[in-house]
Amino acid sequence: MKEKNSKQKKGTFELKAGLARMLKGGVIMDVTNAQQAKIAEDAGAVAVMALERVPSDIRVQGGVARMSDPEMIIGIQKAVTIPVMAKCRIGHFVEAQVLEALEVDYIDESEVLTPADEEFHIDKTKFTIPFVCGARNLGEAVRRLREGAAMIRTKGEAGSGNIVEAVRHIHAVEKGIVELKEFLRKKQIGKIKAKAVEYRVSPELLIQIAKLGRLPVVNFAAGGIATPSDAALCMQLGVDGVFVGSGIFKSSNPGKRAKAIVDAVAHYNDKKKIAEASKGLGDAMAGLEIATLPTKYAERGI
Amino acid sequence: MLTIGVLALQGDVSEHIEAVKNAAKKLHKDVAVISVREKKDLAGLDALIMPGGESTTFYKLCQRAGIFEGMKKIPNILGTCAGAIMLSKNAQNKTKDQVTLQLMDIEVARNAYGRQNESFEADIKTSLGAMHAIFIRAPKITRVGKNVRVLAEYNNEILACEEEVSPVRSSASNGAKGNYYLALAFHPELTTTLFHEYFLRRILAV
Repeated sequence: MKEKNSKQKKGTFELKAGLARMLKGGVIMDVTNAQQAKIAEDAGAVAVMALERVPSDIRVQGGVARMSDPEMIIGIQKAVTIPVMAKCRIGHFVEAQVLEALEVDYIDESEVLTPADEEFHIDKTKFTIPFVCGARNLGEAVRRLREGAAMIRTKGEAGSGNIVEAVRHIHAVEKGIVELKEFLRKKQIGKIKAKAVEYRVSPELLIQIAKLGRLPVVNFAAGGIATPSDAALCMQLGVDGVFVGSGIFKSSNPGKRAKAIVDAVAHYNDKKKIAEASKGLGDAMAGLEIATLPTKYAERGI
Repeated sequence: MLTIGVLALQGDVSEHIEAVKNAAKKLHKDVAVISVREKKDLAGLDALIMPGGESTTFYKLCQRAGIFEGMKKIPNILGTCAGAIMLSKNAQNKTKDQVTLQLMDIEVARNAYGRQNESFEADIKTSLGAMHAIFIRAPKITRVGKNVRVLAEYNNEILACEEEVSPVRSSASNGAKGNYYLALAFHPELTTTLFHEYFLRRILAV
């Protein structure tokens, strides 16, 4: 049996991007302990993101935000059967190595944590575990793809409870793709090549995107989603699924809100179901005006 | 014309829609493909495809959408990965409140290979021919009933199997016809239309 196994290939890009495909139409929830992870799984989350402090707490408490304690991640892995993701700092490839050793299912190279490298992101092709990365626009998205990311999400503005930045980033990625499609339609290959220079990626990647009319990997919304309507808004704008960070466990009734957001994403085109899901959820997280934020996480890792 | 529903609450739905449309094209058959999210979508379906995704999420969303019982009445069902778990009579390593449709006489173990780092690709042999197969946090089909026919094996693991349930055993909802179920532990929708073509041929043959 051993020798037959030699034909198996592991850690390929197809497998990395494939897991993200299986998460489509789903909600990935930030959790800080095993109990929250259970609540997320019970609500119907497709995966959980294990982290020590949700973004809104990082904002309040300040300090350097790092990868979580492995013990806490292992506790969450034991508590649930759905995929467990975890965050490492931008450019901190040793934190990523540690997360790979822990066998997390996905690594989020995240701007929510304090960046470790202001010049380089992690070379994600060197890992067998897949990575998801945030992007504010098409240029950032394709640079992360070039580095080996197998899933993209908007950066939004994590911990703000304010959807405006995620919406801005969805539009910006879309605008970039529409522009490429126009270039291709008019056979303006020179303009695509100029964009490739501007974005610092290969023209082939941009031509692929122009042909597909979308990113070649699964694209989620993240950063500021607090209500079922927020989640459905992002879905109607064209993303494949959503991450919810502080929005669930900083609300007054996390279990109920988690379930409501899962339902709103599954039925994102059904206004009656979204209305039903939105009933009696108690208080959403307070939320913050973007202009008042001293630190904008989305400006990290461009 | 056949009407095929794809369970569209979560998972790799668009990949299955594309695969079944391409399969129909290859067979020169007219097939209408619809996304299934609520009760009214189940009406008049000849077949249902349950995609890959999270089986725990599938169960909860099907229950909450009020379609779980109705899905059991669809005469022909294809399930891949999470969809195969949904088809099974018995599932191991499910969450405490998770229930399957219990339609097919197989036992399936969830995430039996382990976490994502155990996900793999391999060239496999099937009764439909050789193909490239993708296994993502895949389940194992650990037991099949005596009326279940195995269509693919790899390293002593059953990867694909089918079952025809005779009219006697099946409910009256399907008239005189039997039911047909096809379960796969991997994701044909990512690499080939062979299993979707086979599924359509089987439905048309009944």
